[in-house]
Amino acid sequence: MLLTPVSAVKPPLAGYRKLSQLQKPYINGYLIRGLRQIPCMVSTVKFRDRLEHVGVQWGIRRNSYMVLPGLYAAGSPGRQSPVLVTANYKLSFDMLRRELAGLDVWLLVLDTTGVNVWCAAGKGSFGTAELLRKLQQTRLDELVDHRQLILPQLGAVGVSAPEVLRRSGWRIAWGPVRAADLKAFLAAGLQKTAGMSRVRFGLGDRLRVAPLETVQAWPLPLAAVLAAALAAWLGGGRPWDYAWKTLLALGALWPLGSWLFPALLPVLPSRAFSVKGAVLGLLWALCMILLLQPGFWFALALILVSTSVTSFKAMNFTGATTFTSQTGAMLEVDKAIIPQLAGFAAAVVFAAIGFFAGFGV
Amino acid sequence: MEHAMKRWHYIRNGSSLKLDSERCIGCSACLQVCPHQVFGMQGRKAQILDRDACMECGACARNCPVQALQVQPGVGCVAAILIGKLRGTAPTCECGGSKGGACC
Repeated sequence: MLLTPVSAVKPPLAGYRKLSQLQKPYINGYLIRGLRQIPCMVSTVKFRDRLEHVGVQWGIRRNSYMVLPGLYAAGSPGRQSPVLVTANYKLSFDMLRRELAGLDVWLLVLDTTGVNVWCAAGKGSFGTAELLRKLQQTRLDELVDHRQLILPQLGAVGVSAPEVLRRSGWRIAWGPVRAADLKAFLAAGLQKTAGMSRVRFGLGDRLRVAPLETVQAWPLPLAAVLAAALAAWLGGGRPWDYAWKTLLALGALWPLGSWLFPALLPVLPSRAFSVKGAVLGLLWALCMILLLQPGFWFALALILVSTSVTSFKAMNFTGATTFTSQTGAMLEVDKAIIPQLAGFAAAVVFAAIGFFAGFGV
Repeated sequence: MEHAMKRWHYIRNGSSLKLDSERCIGCSACLQVCPHQVFGMQGRKAQILDRDACMECGACARNCPVQALQVQPGVGCVAAILIGKLRGTAPTCECGGSKGGACC
């Protein structure tokens, strides 16, 4: 039995078996180096992979979307070839291998339990200790003559380059943030342009996190349906009228917070997400009031519920962004949470007044 | 076109980042790892140019060879803070756990 780098390390996940690796669609053969076999990556990302990527964006298999950690070969790397390091989140891995088409490089995949580089680095699993462990387990030093690793820049959150150098002799060059810049980075002799270092959060990025925002906000449509049922019940002689109006006004807060808010993030006023969200919620409530022309108490309730709920939802979007700080988020929570809760409670009271006092119609 | 030039800023003074210029040896490692171009070089020292762009990821402090940088790293995630407040703990993503699942 020949030794593979993967069998040399303990399989990290219960779901993985050594042999299952042979059927992985992203491996198309093995590079033989002495007694070692190193799996070769396929550089094409197939339709099935893309389908999986869409699924992951909607939260499907998101917490178990991973590849086997260890050493891989892209192309036919030799003793001078660059060594790249990444996490074992399959989405990142797929984006990386597509960019590596036509290059001869080694790829060291750390075990981050399927979490992307940046988040894993923040939690420490893409960290100094795991990097040193993988260097040892894969005996990478036997395969190359240099001692230079290229890590994604965002891995610096968890990996200390001075410490890795001190403890292992490997030097770290911080590569670009995006895999798409790798070729240019390598061609330039490991030099980054300013653009390669900057984390962006453009419209496309913001809309890519919207599906997960939608899924995670499942209580919103549920609450809207319940509120509509309640309104129909309390609405006396015109149950359907109450039901569809409530469903429209409240149900729309779901896509409003999940899609429109991320899309409009840079345009909405204030730096505080809670304020941005409140503005969006207020605008929506005003639109609905013009359209549905509810009575005074219902209008007041609608303004308060739309503003407070969207403000709260918006505030929680901080977790999906690339630039919010914990100190800032704490400042924001301390100021916003009481008004949000009070606004929501007041909305319930005003809606009740509308129904029971008969003022709402 | 926002994607080319947009600089993101969160809450004003919402960062715990500190730079000790006395210690700085001007290696520019912090410029290399910062995702938001918070730092610049002035002569042979790094300096903080755009403090409000700091997201407290902690990459600079971890990679400063002389500990000239200090920052309280953490996730800038309101949900994590709320979970922490409800449980009376530090902010937590509620995602580590035994199965080591993903989050953020």
